[in-house]
Amino acid sequence: MDNNCRVLSSLKRGQKAVIAAVDPSDPQVQRLMTLGLVEGAEVELAGAALGGDPMEFRLFGCGISLRQEQARHFTVSSLESGD
Amino acid sequence: MTKQTETRVLLQDIPVSRQPDASIAVVGSPNSGKSTLFNRLTGLRQRIGNYPGVTVERHIGTLKTDNQKIELVDLPGTHGLSAHSLEEHITVDVVLGRIAGTQPPDGILAVVDATNLYQGLYLVQQLLELELPVLVALTMSDAAEASGLKIDIEALSARLSGVRICPVVATTGKGINDLRNALVELPGQPAPAPSESWPELSSAARELAVSATVPLRPAEIERLLIDGPIGANKHVLDCLGENAEAEVQRVREQLFGFEPPLAMEARVRYAWVREVLTEVQNQVPVFYSWRSRLRSWINQPIPGTIGLFIVMAIVFQAVFAWATPVMDLIDNVTAILGSMVSNQLGGGALSSLVSDGVIAGVGSVVIFLPQIIILFLFIILLEDSGYLARAAYLMDRAMRSVGLSGQSIIPMISSFACAVPGIMATRVIPNRRDRIATIIAAPFMTCSARLPVYALLIAAFVPPRDIGFLNLQGLVLFALYMFGIIAGVLTALLIRKTALRGPKPPFALMLPEFRRPNIQTVLLQLYARAKIFLYRAGTVIFAVAVVVWALSYYPRANDIDPALTANQAAAVQLEQSWLGRAGKFVEPVFEPLGWDWRVSSAVIAGFPAREVVVAVMGTIYAVGDEADESTLSARLKSATWPDGRQVFTLPMVLGLLIFYACCLQCAATLAVIRRETGGWRWPAFAWLYMTSIGYFGALLVYQLGS
Ligand SMILES: Nc1nc2c(ncn2[C@@H]2O[C@H](COP(=O)(O)OP(=O)(O)OP(=O)(O)O)[C@@H](O)[C@H]2O)c(=O)[nH]1
Ligand SMILES: [Mg+2]
Repeated sequence: MDNNCRVLSSLKRGQKAVIAAVDPSDPQVQRLMTLGLVEGAEVELAGAALGGDPMEFRLFGCGISLRQEQARHFTVSSLESGD
Repeated sequence: MTKQTETRVLLQDIPVSRQPDASIAVVGSPNSGKSTLFNRLTGLRQRIGNYPGVTVERHIGTLKTDNQKIELVDLPGTHGLSAHSLEEHITVDVVLGRIAGTQPPDGILAVVDATNLYQGLYLVQQLLELELPVLVALTMSDAAEASGLKIDIEALSARLSGVRICPVVATTGKGINDLRNALVELPGQPAPAPSESWPELSSAARELAVSATVPLRPAEIERLLIDGPIGANKHVLDCLGENAEAEVQRVREQLFGFEPPLAMEARVRYAWVREVLTEVQNQVPVFYSWRSRLRSWINQPIPGTIGLFIVMAIVFQAVFAWATPVMDLIDNVTAILGSMVSNQLGGGALSSLVSDGVIAGVGSVVIFLPQIIILFLFIILLEDSGYLARAAYLMDRAMRSVGLSGQSIIPMISSFACAVPGIMATRVIPNRRDRIATIIAAPFMTCSARLPVYALLIAAFVPPRDIGFLNLQGLVLFALYMFGIIAGVLTALLIRKTALRGPKPPFALMLPEFRRPNIQTVLLQLYARAKIFLYRAGTVIFAVAVVVWALSYYPRANDIDPALTANQAAAVQLEQSWLGRAGKFVEPVFEPLGWDWRVSSAVIAGFPAREVVVAVMGTIYAVGDEADESTLSARLKSATWPDGRQVFTLPMVLGLLIFYACCLQCAATLAVIRRETGGWRWPAFAWLYMTSIGYFGALLVYQLGS
């Protein structure tokens, strides 16, 4: 897959990325944006619950959990390799 | 104390006589330490816990200084001034002065978590547009320091229009004096300049404000521009004068173009925050050490889920194993006290009132205090360590399969202490359907008032055998808790599939950092909750015990066969008392469940508050003591039907337990369901539904078992 065009839910544990674009048409996504998940924010996948869903991300040092289907609305770029 | 000082004290206690000099609202992101700070400043004991959404109401306290009295308003946390759920609405309404009959605050105490400046500063930008004096309290400065995070306070203040920033540690009180002094000076100070992050929005709002017919604050107009003319914003639109609608529409198009306004606000304001952060903080906060190790361990799916079950199993084990010695002590003390009173006071009505009514009645409930304290201790530790939010996260997937989300977990776990705060905690759930389904499921969780009933019956009728390293009594208790959880979850599923069908709720939750629970906080919270339990024992339960005693003591039988022993005479007396007659009257309804008239009347007396049933049994079995048993559980064991069969057989006891696991015997819960759902429909449904399940469940178990 192209490293420059992936969605948030495809990150691996420990991987960091910067949010490149958000599709803001869904009010639920707008709500997530007010929590700080906006273009230019750096996020790291810290882990996931049983079955890989929901996922926990680190956003400027604090934890935020999202479901995979919500994380799909965020496109990320410039990945670092995870562990 | 002289007469004079007494009067002075009394006058001071009359609240109306002294208005506060100013009112300051405590506003901040969820879990930033607002209530901890509020408690520090006012000396009050509001609930605190390490998860977002602890405070769901407005609480008022006063900060007294030598010559001033300042009112502080503790508010639910919010991420911004666009409210998404009920508790956020409360905060936004207070801050914008929309609560009917109250003035807008005279100043804002903005609480910002030093380890989460990112979200904190987003809100502060909006607060700067309120045209109110603002003071920033930077909480968790100890945690920031521990993680090597340094914040340049002066630079930060410069970027926030020069508002004063006080670093504090709310849990220990470090920096509180400075903060208090700054707070006292806050009212009347000039409002800061609007935030520089989005000048177009600020100036558009200020331009519109000029033509308003009533004075409006820019923040109100900004909300109108961003959220559109919905809800309370319609009123703002009306205040902007004629033709405002078209003008507002034009400004909105010009400002936002085709982007959703809320998305644009987030994008613009967070971009500014990131810029400020590179300037004022040396690094992004990272928590090395045990926290991150614990977190990464719990974040592995399987250990995390197993851990959750282990934690729960330990709690139930502890409730039985650790509390027993203290309980035995209280039990013996009440028994000794009771016999001492009857020896001292002789055999009259007064002696019976004190020993059978008060001591046996109230005492039989108070005895469960040690268990309740252990249970509360665990719940408080879960709350204050940050594990509760983790549990919500780990359980989200399971909850999704019943049409709810992980967000329903926190109200449900809180309901293990008491359903009332649990139901209030549902305010954080934005979707009404999910919220009501959670409200109806919450009373199924085993609350601390059910614990005495369970514990009494289990201790009396389940042998304390060891199974492996577990105890059978603890296991039965665990099973009852599981039963409550399953019944609640199935109920939620049923409601979500019928009356409240709808799309699956989303789930997004801020996960707080693990924190070593603060001993002082834990003890204070424990004390506050134990006090509520004892207060109930001293009021409601005391009153019911006295009434039930009177009903069981009068009228006195005058032709008791003198050949009977004292105990047999007591039984005859009880049977022909008011209570005995009423009990006999309802007995046919409950006989199919194996309950005799005594159990039936105790259960009926327990409808307003379920733990009353224990007190009533205590009184009934003390008044009509047939055998010379000293403790309630011994008296229950020896209770018989007129034909000599034992009343408390295993199927009957199991049925009784099932009945208590289900039925909604709690007036306080019904009242709070009514308030939170806005009508009698849901509480009436919940009551009928839960009571019938309880009745038929008990019927089934008893009939199958015997
Ligand atoms: N280390 C540290 N912990 C703090 C400090 N202030 C608060 N806490 C802890 O942070 C947690 C949250 O505190 P609360 O006062 O409940 O936060 P809140 O802002 O009222 O939260 P909500 O009502 O949910 O919005 C609790 O576990 C507190 O013990 C602080 O200055 N330092
Ligand atoms: Mg609070």
